[in-house]
Amino acid sequence: MTRSLPAPVAAAAATKPAGQDLPLPTPGGPRPLVKLEAVEKVYQMGATEVRALDGISLDIMPGAFWAIMGPSGSGKSTLLNLLGCLDRPTAGQYVLNGQNVGQMDDDALSELRLRELGFVFQSFNLIPQLTVRENIELPLFYLGWDAHVSAARAAELAERVGLKDRLTHRPTQLSGGQQQRVAIARALVNDPPVLLADEPTGNLDTATGEQIMALLGELNASGKTIIMVTHESDIAAHARFRLHLRDGRIDRVEGR
Amino acid sequence: MRKSRLARHIRLGIKTLMLHKLRSFLTVLGVVFGVGSVIAMLSVGEGASKEALEQIRKLGSNNIILRAVKPTEDEEMGSKRSFMSMYGLRYDDEQRIRETMPAVKRTVPVKSVRKEAWLNERSMELRVMGVTPDWFELLQRQVLAGRILNWRDVETRSSVCLLTEQGARKLLATEATIGQPIRIGPDIYEVIGIVQAERVGGSIQAPDEDVDTYIPIQVARERYGDMTTHQTSGSFEREWVELHMILVEVTDDSQVEPTAAAIEAMLKRFHPKLDYRVNVPLALRRQAQATKRMMNWVLGSIGGISLLVGGIGIMNIMLASVTERTREIGIRRAIGAKRRQIVGQFLIETVVLSSLGGVIGVGLGVGLPFLITHFANMPTVVPMYGIVLSVAISVGIGILFGLYPAVRAANLDPIEALRHE
Repeated sequence: MTRSLPAPVAAAAATKPAGQDLPLPTPGGPRPLVKLEAVEKVYQMGATEVRALDGISLDIMPGAFWAIMGPSGSGKSTLLNLLGCLDRPTAGQYVLNGQNVGQMDDDALSELRLRELGFVFQSFNLIPQLTVRENIELPLFYLGWDAHVSAARAAELAERVGLKDRLTHRPTQLSGGQQQRVAIARALVNDPPVLLADEPTGNLDTATGEQIMALLGELNASGKTIIMVTHESDIAAHARFRLHLRDGRIDRVEGR
Repeated sequence: MRKSRLARHIRLGIKTLMLHKLRSFLTVLGVVFGVGSVIAMLSVGEGASKEALEQIRKLGSNNIILRAVKPTEDEEMGSKRSFMSMYGLRYDDEQRIRETMPAVKRTVPVKSVRKEAWLNERSMELRVMGVTPDWFELLQRQVLAGRILNWRDVETRSSVCLLTEQGARKLLATEATIGQPIRIGPDIYEVIGIVQAERVGGSIQAPDEDVDTYIPIQVARERYGDMTTHQTSGSFEREWVELHMILVEVTDDSQVEPTAAAIEAMLKRFHPKLDYRVNVPLALRRQAQATKRMMNWVLGSIGGISLLVGGIGIMNIMLASVTERTREIGIRRAIGAKRRQIVGQFLIETVVLSSLGGVIGVGLGVGLPFLITHFANMPTVVPMYGIVLSVAISVGIGILFGLYPAVRAANLDPIEALRHE
C-alpha cells in the first residue's frame, strides 16, 4: 500500500497506477478522485454511542469544487477529518486517488496526507517560529526535498498567492488574509490532487474572505479539486456542488 | 540529502530553543553542573590515587620490606635500668630467606646506625646505613653524582661512603666533595657519590627515608658491631640488633604475596616477640587501587546524581514544551509528518540541550580541578575517560529523558492537537 514516489511529485494527479483496491473504472469515463461508500463513524461517549456519520456515499471527480454544509453537530468536521485521512471510518470504504484508506496504519496515513492532500484551516495554523518561506516549505521538508529546490519552490508558490516580498516575515507580522494565503501556498507546495479547506474564511472579514474565495476559485479553474467545509451560504455559493449534511446523513446535494 | 536534513532538523531545533533563551539556558545549566561535577569528582579521585600509586612505585612493587621493630611490651624493661634489649632481624633470617625461598631473587641485609660525621669543619649526626650494591638496583634510585657502591667495595671492605641528597645537604657537600675524606665516628671514608633518596609521605615509610649516607654492610658490621648504646634521660640504653632491615626482591609480581606470607610464617617461628614487620608495597598498591575504584564510584555517583537532576530538568521542560506546542505538533501531523519524525524533532532538541550542556560542562570540569589544586592543594588529574564518559552520558541523558516527552508528542491525536488552544 505504501508507495515510494520520486522526490519531486510535480505531476501526480490523474496518472496514478491502478491499486488492487480500486473499483473497476467506468470504461471511457473519468474515475472519482474521492470515493466514499456507506461510510460510518461511530464514537463511544461513555455508555452512549454517537453516530457522527451514518452511511455516507459520495463520489468526487477530479477538478470538482465541493462545499460541505450543515448545522453544527451534523458531522461536517468528522467528514472532513475522514476525507483528510486524519481519522479512519468505523465502517464503509474510503478510496482516495485509488488507495483504500480503511486499513492503513498511521505511517501510511501520514504519507497519504503528505502526498495527496493539502490542508487550509479556519485559524490558518501556521507555525509561529518559522518564517513564511519555512512554513510554505514544511511539506517539502517531510518529503525530503533538497533545501535549494524547496526554497525555490516556496518562492514560486508565494508569488502565486501574491506574497513574494513577505518570504522572510513571521506569520505574526502578517494580516489574517495574508496568513491564509501563506497557508494556501503551503497546502499547494507539493501539488496534491486534493485541497481540503475547513471554514477558510471563518476568521476573515467579508472583503478578505472574498479575496481568498477568489483565489480558491482560480485554483479550481486551473484544475485543482477542492473540498471545503463552511456554514455560510454565500461562501458555499463559490462551489460547484453543495453537500448538505444533517445528523450524519446526506440531506441533499445542490449543484450544477 | 539525509545529512542535510539532519542539519536542518538541528538548525530548526536550535531556532526553537532560542525562542526561549532563558528557559533553555537554565535547562542547559543543570547538565553543565552535572557534567562538571562528574569530571571534577573523577579528577580528584584520579589525582589522589595517582599520588598513592606514585608513592608505592617508590617502594618497588616487586619488593618485600622487612623491618626490625622494637617490641612494645618488654616486661623486664621497666624493672632493670641498664637492660640490654635484643630484638630485630638476624643474619640467619636473611640467609634462610635467600636460600630456602625459590621465588626470592635477591636480598639486601641492612644495618642502620647513627654516628657523628665531620666534613671539613662541619659536623652533624648522620644516619648511616650498611647495604650491598643490590639495594640501589632494588629501589632504582637515581645517581646524582659520582658512582654507587659496587661488589668490590663490599669484598675489600673499602672505606667508601655514598651520601644521599639530604646527607649531602646536611654536610653542605657538593659534587666537588666526591673523592674527599669524611669522618664518620672514629673512621675516615672516601665520598664516592651522591644518590637520590625518596620520601613517600603519609603513613608509608620509604626504606631510604631519613638515610644520610650508605657504607658497605661488611664495613658497618665490623666497625660498629651489633650493639648500640644511647643515652636517654640519664640512663643508658643498650640495644642488640643484628639487622635493621632486609629488603627482599621476588622474581615475579604474582609471587610477591605468597612469598611475603611464607616469610611471615617463617619469621613467626624464630621471633616469638614479633619484633619485625613485613611491608608489601604490591599489597599496598592493590589496596590503593581498590580504594581508587571505590572513590571513583562514590565521587562519580555524586556527580552522576547531579547529572540525573539535570536530565530530569530537561524532561520537565520538554514536557512543558510539548504541551505548549501541541498545536504545532497537530499542524505537522496534518501536513504529513510521521510519528517518528515528531519524535526525532523533539529528541534533537533535547540532545542539542544536553550535549551543549555536556560541552560547557567539560570546560567547567576541566577548570574546577585547577581551582581545587590551587586553593585546596589537592592533587587532581583530569582523566580522559571521564571527559568522554560524561559527554557520552549527557548525550544519552538527552535521549533518555527526551524520549518520553517526544513519544508523548508523537502520540497526540492530530485532530485533538489541532483543536488545542
